[in-house]
Amino acid sequence: MKLTLRVWRQKNAGADGAMSTYEVDGISPDMSFLEMLDTLNEELIVKGEDPVAFDHDCREGICGACSLVINGDAHGPERTTSCQLHMRSFQDGDTIDVEPWRAAAFPVVKDLVVDRSAFDRIIQAGGYITAPTGAAPEAHATPVPKPDADFAFEHAECIGCGACVAACPNGSAMLFTSAKVNHLNVLPQGSPERETRVLDMVDQMDAEGFGGCTLTGECATACPKGIPLPSIAAMNKEWLRAQRRVARR
Amino acid sequence: MSTYAEYATGAPVVDTKAPSGPVNERWDKRRFEAKLVNPANRRKHTVIVVGTGLAGGSAGATLAEQGYHVVQFCFQDSPRRAHSIAAQGGINAAKNYRNDGDSIHRLFYDTVKGGDFRARESNVHRLAQISVEIIDQCVAQGVPFAREYGGLLDTRSFGGVQVSRTFYARGQTGQQLLLGAYQALSRQIAAGNVEMHARTEMLDLIVVDGRARGIVARDLITGKIDTYFADAVVLASGGYGNVFYLSTNAMNSNATAIWRAHRRGAYFANPCFTQIHPTCIPRTGDHQSKLTLMSESLRNDGRIWVPKAKGDTRPAAEIPEDERDYYLERIYPSFGNLVPRDIASRAAKNVCDEGRGVGPGGQGVYLDFADAIQRMGRKAVEAKYGNLFDMYQRITDEDPYEVPMRIYPAVHYTMGGLWVDYDLQTTIPGLFAIGEANFSDHGANRLGASALMQGLADGYFVLPSTINDYLARNPHQDELSTEHPVVQEVLAETEDRLNLLLSVDGDRTPDSFHRELGELMWEFCGMARTETGLRKALERIPQIREEFWRRIKVPGTGEEFNQSLEKANRIVDYLELAELMCLDALHRAESCGGHFREESQTADGEAERKDEEFSYAAAWEFTDTGASPVLHKEELTFEYVHPTQRSYA
Repeated sequence: MKLTLRVWRQKNAGADGAMSTYEVDGISPDMSFLEMLDTLNEELIVKGEDPVAFDHDCREGICGACSLVINGDAHGPERTTSCQLHMRSFQDGDTIDVEPWRAAAFPVVKDLVVDRSAFDRIIQAGGYITAPTGAAPEAHATPVPKPDADFAFEHAECIGCGACVAACPNGSAMLFTSAKVNHLNVLPQGSPERETRVLDMVDQMDAEGFGGCTLTGECATACPKGIPLPSIAAMNKEWLRAQRRVARR
Repeated sequence: MSTYAEYATGAPVVDTKAPSGPVNERWDKRRFEAKLVNPANRRKHTVIVVGTGLAGGSAGATLAEQGYHVVQFCFQDSPRRAHSIAAQGGINAAKNYRNDGDSIHRLFYDTVKGGDFRARESNVHRLAQISVEIIDQCVAQGVPFAREYGGLLDTRSFGGVQVSRTFYARGQTGQQLLLGAYQALSRQIAAGNVEMHARTEMLDLIVVDGRARGIVARDLITGKIDTYFADAVVLASGGYGNVFYLSTNAMNSNATAIWRAHRRGAYFANPCFTQIHPTCIPRTGDHQSKLTLMSESLRNDGRIWVPKAKGDTRPAAEIPEDERDYYLERIYPSFGNLVPRDIASRAAKNVCDEGRGVGPGGQGVYLDFADAIQRMGRKAVEAKYGNLFDMYQRITDEDPYEVPMRIYPAVHYTMGGLWVDYDLQTTIPGLFAIGEANFSDHGANRLGASALMQGLADGYFVLPSTINDYLARNPHQDELSTEHPVVQEVLAETEDRLNLLLSVDGDRTPDSFHRELGELMWEFCGMARTETGLRKALERIPQIREEFWRRIKVPGTGEEFNQSLEKANRIVDYLELAELMCLDALHRAESCGGHFREESQTADGEAERKDEEFSYAAAWEFTDTGASPVLHKEELTFEYVHPTQRSYA
């Protein structure tokens, strides 16, 4: 396959960026999208040019590092991560646009690399269960109904890639935040911190400059792990419940 | 011919921390004998932790909970992305919830035997003891393990054992356990007890007056190289499988932290013990950047076969039952498709070498679920393995519900690593190594679902107990000055190395060298090794190294985000470590676990261990780049599990 790539190039956080055009040839349909970019970078290095910077690590769709907007879609045309997108999804002769996540809360570091540390700070605000090492009771002391365990797992699958934010016209992090709130709040182990968790995480989310949710649903469509849109409604319910209970205290 | 292979043998290395007495009392005894640090004094102590995987994340969180000031590093953009996240299958624990005859002693026995009698009994027993606490800890953190309808935890059996002791979270156990540790760490970051440096990579170790006192690290965004000081340094930087270029490791996983520590005096043990995982997706072409593993839990229900005839290119469906060779079931009737990883991998290589492999280039064997789908129904298979099947289909564009999967072995895990004593302390006082970075518990072969167990055992429970003893015996010292001559020297060496990489301005990319080294290692230091092959590799590696420093091309500068520079610098260390791996493989003229020397096999082609000569851990001392290292042997004694030739027939 022969392709034309239009890639966002930006030297650093402070510099202006622009789209640059590259031709790549000899691309196999079995290559992953990132292997296609590897091919481009190998050529750029030999020519003495700066290769395109992009985040990637496990290349099996679980670490959440890769983060490309491909032809306007977060992670591209398939419902998966950029690293698990294969070139067989494209046609010979295609022109492909490659951009970084676009969101006020995710500033560009270089080229296609962005700073997602805001997500870490949302988790730090309450996305955990306080259980210091050594303090745990026997694992079978608290059975968890299977539907609750499955609900927790479904939300715990979030890989923190940020596609939800990139896809949202408001740059909202509601899907990410709700995934963690729902994972932990449904479990008996997470119940003692149920109210503070949702209130503190939502506060932090707002403080980071993420936009509000207008139920566009782009987030859940882009999510490579299939975190469902009702997750946001469930978090809103948790938040209202927590507001009322805290007000009563 | 280089003289690298003419190594000298030095004094034996002895684990002075291992307690004596009954094996099941040793951990208690050690914990009681270990000195404690007064809670009020702990905050005065700084501990550096490098890495945020299962071992590093859990250690950082736990040390901070105990009151220590932790300064932690990861090269990823977030501690949540460490490669432990990719572990699929599960975590072992001797809970015996199934009432199927499991016990701490059985897990201990299975691990020593599975490791082919090249691990310490004391360490392995401790691991088995702690395994039960890990499950309790993770459940308390909200890790969503699979559960039964009654609300209790589900378990499954896993490669190489006959009990159901593996706890799992669908095919994402590593992710869920890692997020548990990451969340505990996040809580400590928010509390100000952990100072977290993401996108910061350790480039060297600072050793002052014989003690580890800090590290040199580079901010990967600004390129700034800085020094960080502490009372103790913990390396949790993972394994070195990426020496092979193609492996199941994440692209950025690397050996720099442990290799630089080795160069500063930490012995490197059993570097040739690498694990080749039998169930990976075969490569598709030269563009391949990494390999993807599929959980070996698939072997519970999938049947492995190849055509009986050589060069049979018919599609799988057209090959009648009596023309298929279910070779694992044939050769190992009692374990069948569940034999340990090294045996399954080698058997796959053998049938492919015979010309009976399937798929492109004949580098693959079938893993067939037709029987399982017939027996359990498609729905049940989907519930159990759905995400793995999806992943396979996404990568290969083939539907495993319709046609058998094709699999081939790939480098997956490294049992070798920095030598540590029972306290997980390296030969440099104050430098500890945990998780895959050390060599401690798996001997010559790791059993499935034991990596997660070891990472979390080391991080949550072992290190936080044993590091107290070191800190109590080595009271807090004044912070080092950046002007200290040793600090200045280490800093200058690091800067010089990076500047040199940038200034060569040759004509070859970092990846081209990495690929060349990887292919060499896969051919001569992979699944089967010979003296001739290893000597060839030992001759070739210094030549590649020389060419590297002549022809490497690293664009850009050191004062910016520069992924080519990061890569090139890691390859510098692979080019040295590879040599040590080959030497270790050459010197160990026996077959054991993942190390198969063709010269040492039984009449029917099984690995032949030579206990009289090689019942030791080989701990290597660095001398100089390209100069032969010094071998220190740690003799292994077995009081509880009597060494036998492994038999899975």
